[in-house]
Amino acid sequence: MTPHFGLPEFGFLLRGLQWTVLLTLVAFVGGCTAGLAVALLRTCGHKGVEWITRIYIGIFQGTPLLLQLFVVYYGLALTGLKLDAFVAVAIGFTVNASAFLGEIWRGAIQAVPRGQTEAAMALGLHYSSRMRDIVLPQAIRISLPATIGYLVQLIKGTSLAAIVGFIELARAGQIVSNQTFQPLLVFGVVGAMYFILCWPLSWWGSRMEARLALASQR
Amino acid sequence: MGYTLDFSVVWHAMPALLWGCVGTLGLALAGMTLAMVIGVAGVAARDSKAAWLRALVIGFVEIVRNTPFLVQIFFLFFALPLIGLKLNPTATAIIALGVNGGAYAIEIIRGGVQSIHKGQVEAGYALGLHKGQVFRFIVLKPALRAIYPSLTGQFIMLTLTSSICSAVSAYELTSVAQRIESDTFRSFEVYFSVTFLYLAISWLLMLGFAVISHRFFSYPTR
Repeated sequence: MTPHFGLPEFGFLLRGLQWTVLLTLVAFVGGCTAGLAVALLRTCGHKGVEWITRIYIGIFQGTPLLLQLFVVYYGLALTGLKLDAFVAVAIGFTVNASAFLGEIWRGAIQAVPRGQTEAAMALGLHYSSRMRDIVLPQAIRISLPATIGYLVQLIKGTSLAAIVGFIELARAGQIVSNQTFQPLLVFGVVGAMYFILCWPLSWWGSRMEARLALASQR
Repeated sequence: MGYTLDFSVVWHAMPALLWGCVGTLGLALAGMTLAMVIGVAGVAARDSKAAWLRALVIGFVEIVRNTPFLVQIFFLFFALPLIGLKLNPTATAIIALGVNGGAYAIEIIRGGVQSIHKGQVEAGYALGLHKGQVFRFIVLKPALRAIYPSLTGQFIMLTLTSSICSAVSAYELTSVAQRIESDTFRSFEVYFSVTFLYLAISWLLMLGFAVISHRFFSYPTR
């Protein structure tokens, strides 16, 4: 007797959705913090440091997220630390986010007109004040559409945690699908849940992009 | 007890892994070809007079871009047999990659077409070029030049995404790696090395695309 897709199954998917949201939030907050450091190092003006961060970003952009996850997951296991699966995948996504957000913000920092930095220097502001008060507030505005775009990527990317066995939304869908033998219905519902999560963000991002483009035309 | 890394298993499995690279490239190439077909057809339908057709394309693009590839490939894996397409995992993976890439290709190609101003075409005719010349030099080449970076970037993305096709055990690099891992239990060594094989693939692709771009799309300097 196989169970049909009903309320208990739907509840199981919802719990998976909670883990997807939590995983995304942890990775995004962690990735923002580390990504800011990456972006600042990438634009610090020291050739060697810039090169190293460039290679760091290049490695994450040039390899599949799934493999990055495998390497972090099994690499952490080798260190002998007994880590929860959630912590292991969260670290994996955080590291990935740091590289992608770092590159997005690098572009935004460099897109702030050079005259702003020069004017700040002429006023005698030192590096931290120049960045905090002059460059970064403008860069954040420029980078917002791309940052939101990456957030959508991250939500979708967390589905890969399913492959290393962490039970988030996609893995919950696999489990329910195997139990009920109704794969189309189950993956349809799972897809709809991801869509409800991602689509408003995508819409917000593209609207903001259009407004920024309009503002720069004036 | 400490763990000693042993990369010799990777070295012994290198021929299989290199064939996996070939599989990955083949999968990506077939997927990208299908994506281009969907992209061109989608752009035509996106700007057609029939409102339902436009809505269909917009809906398709939004759904594909806002759901994970993993869920898409699982869905297709079970949906394709229902419409009479009993395919092996690799063919299923090609269709999934094509559908996914197609949604992105529609947006990219549409941007390229829109980048050609009508006035340029008219200017071409005014200069006495005939229809074929206008299409080739005024429309096609500048449009391709405009979308080339996004399109090649999309191809590299597709190549990296194809690793997810291992979830339905299509023949490609990651599924080869998973087989070697389950034979040897050297998870970290295998996946660490395979990550750098992917890096080599994307760097080679980038280099190749840059050479092609330099050869065909650089502006004449004389």
